[in-house]
Amino acid sequence: MFLIVLLVAWEAAYRIIGWESWKFPSLFQTIESFYTGFAHGQLLEAIMNSLRRLLIAFAISISVGMLLGFMFAKWKAIDDTIGFVVIALQTVPSIAWLPFAIIWFGFNDKSVIFITALGATWTMAIATRTGIKNISPIYIRAAQTLGTGNGWKMFMQILIPGSFPHLITGVRVAWAFAWRALVAGELIANGAGLGQLLQDGRGLGDTALMLNVVIIIAVLGTISDHFCFKKLEDKLLIRYGLDK
Amino acid sequence: MINVDNVNKIFTQRDGNTFQALDNVDFSIKKGEFVSLLGPSGCGKSTVLNLIAGFDKSYEGHIKVNGAEVKEPGPDRVVVFQEHGLFPWLTVLENVAFGLKQKGIGKKERLELAREQIRTVHLSKFADRYPHELSGGMKQRAAIARALVMDPQILLMDEPFAALDEQTRLVLHQELEDIWLKTGKTILFITHNIREAVMLSDRVLVMSTRPGTIKKEFNVQAARPRDSADSLLHHVEKAIMECLADELEKVVKEEMGDDTYSLKKNSVFDRTFGGMGGGI
Repeated sequence: MFLIVLLVAWEAAYRIIGWESWKFPSLFQTIESFYTGFAHGQLLEAIMNSLRRLLIAFAISISVGMLLGFMFAKWKAIDDTIGFVVIALQTVPSIAWLPFAIIWFGFNDKSVIFITALGATWTMAIATRTGIKNISPIYIRAAQTLGTGNGWKMFMQILIPGSFPHLITGVRVAWAFAWRALVAGELIANGAGLGQLLQDGRGLGDTALMLNVVIIIAVLGTISDHFCFKKLEDKLLIRYGLDK
Repeated sequence: MINVDNVNKIFTQRDGNTFQALDNVDFSIKKGEFVSLLGPSGCGKSTVLNLIAGFDKSYEGHIKVNGAEVKEPGPDRVVVFQEHGLFPWLTVLENVAFGLKQKGIGKKERLELAREQIRTVHLSKFADRYPHELSGGMKQRAAIARALVMDPQILLMDEPFAALDEQTRLVLHQELEDIWLKTGKTILFITHNIREAVMLSDRVLVMSTRPGTIKKEFNVQAARPRDSADSLLHHVEKAIMECLADELEKVVKEEMGDDTYSLKKNSVFDRTFGGMGGGI
């Protein structure tokens, strides 16, 4: 409902104020562009390309991040040294590394994947570390007394499930970070994708296309967060009895 | 079965000071015995249990279980904790089967064994629930089932009923005694509740505080199953109470600081014993 009011207001504002369409598109222009974009496969292709990069980067950052986080939680020496550096690195927006990435990998996929992964890895590492550190010692002791020992069995059966509530939050935040870094990366580095489409839109003065991309990014972000991660998180919290 | 020989334990605090938690703790428990370790809070009774369980290896002296020095925690002496320690991500059934899984027992067999054990603690209806869906007493029953299913020779119980309400506790006392009579496990039971210790145990070891040491030992030779109206139990309870009286004073002193103590002492005794406080 609110959405319809918003759309009507948008079209009305467009007509009353009389923006020129190279500054901001009207509702109908946007819808039309949306339609042709999909009809020609241009939008869909860009979405697929972006998602592909995102998923590769995401997979890398989740595994590397969890590995790092586990090491920080397990060995204090690593936590005090590399862990400190990671916290410092986390404050750097990953797009700041793009110039380096371009030097190392060139204007291509690899650069974009690199900075996308970078953005999410640190967050994931820190979430994993917090998750494992926050496991109540009683679970560790209970497991030891039941014969898990301190190795692989403990890791798989206690440390991972025990830190799950933190891990899933980490994954959510990492996803958001990765998403941002991805679009920023694509804007600058090359390769067909949503960010690149934005750039093309600017080059052509096609504001309707640009707005479409922005909307698609918002919708994809919301869908992935709300319907995948949020659902998963809620489910877990209820199961763990953490939900009030 | 369990031999604790002249064990000393020193903790180093954050500010670098050390304090002696255990001073020459020395006792042994025979096979099949139900022994309670009783003392005021902070006397180190849980520390003793942690050492026997193998959670903490930095101590002087020797602790032997079945003649072998304790090196690490293991399923031959399962611990039941005050806070149950059930894994929240597993159902009751999975929790109870957890230890069997570590032993490498196949899925079908371990679930069967777990179900059987759950039946003996009267939780069959709740086998597929998650721990947070259970009441405190049910959680503790599940924790006991999880320990028993391992068929350990020794059960180490660290104030398992301290967080429960009185009614639930009484029920669980009976159940535990029942289980003990049936299985003949060796049980070391930590508690600060005199009644509980006397009701359940063959022998009560009273600990004194700062440093923690075994002050006195009481044998409870009452008939089993125990009857709470048994006058022998009341007799032992009273004797232990007297033995602990000056320990209590020490604890109060420790927690309130020396200055306020002389003031508090009178008021506390005045209120508690009314007319018996004579001369105030």
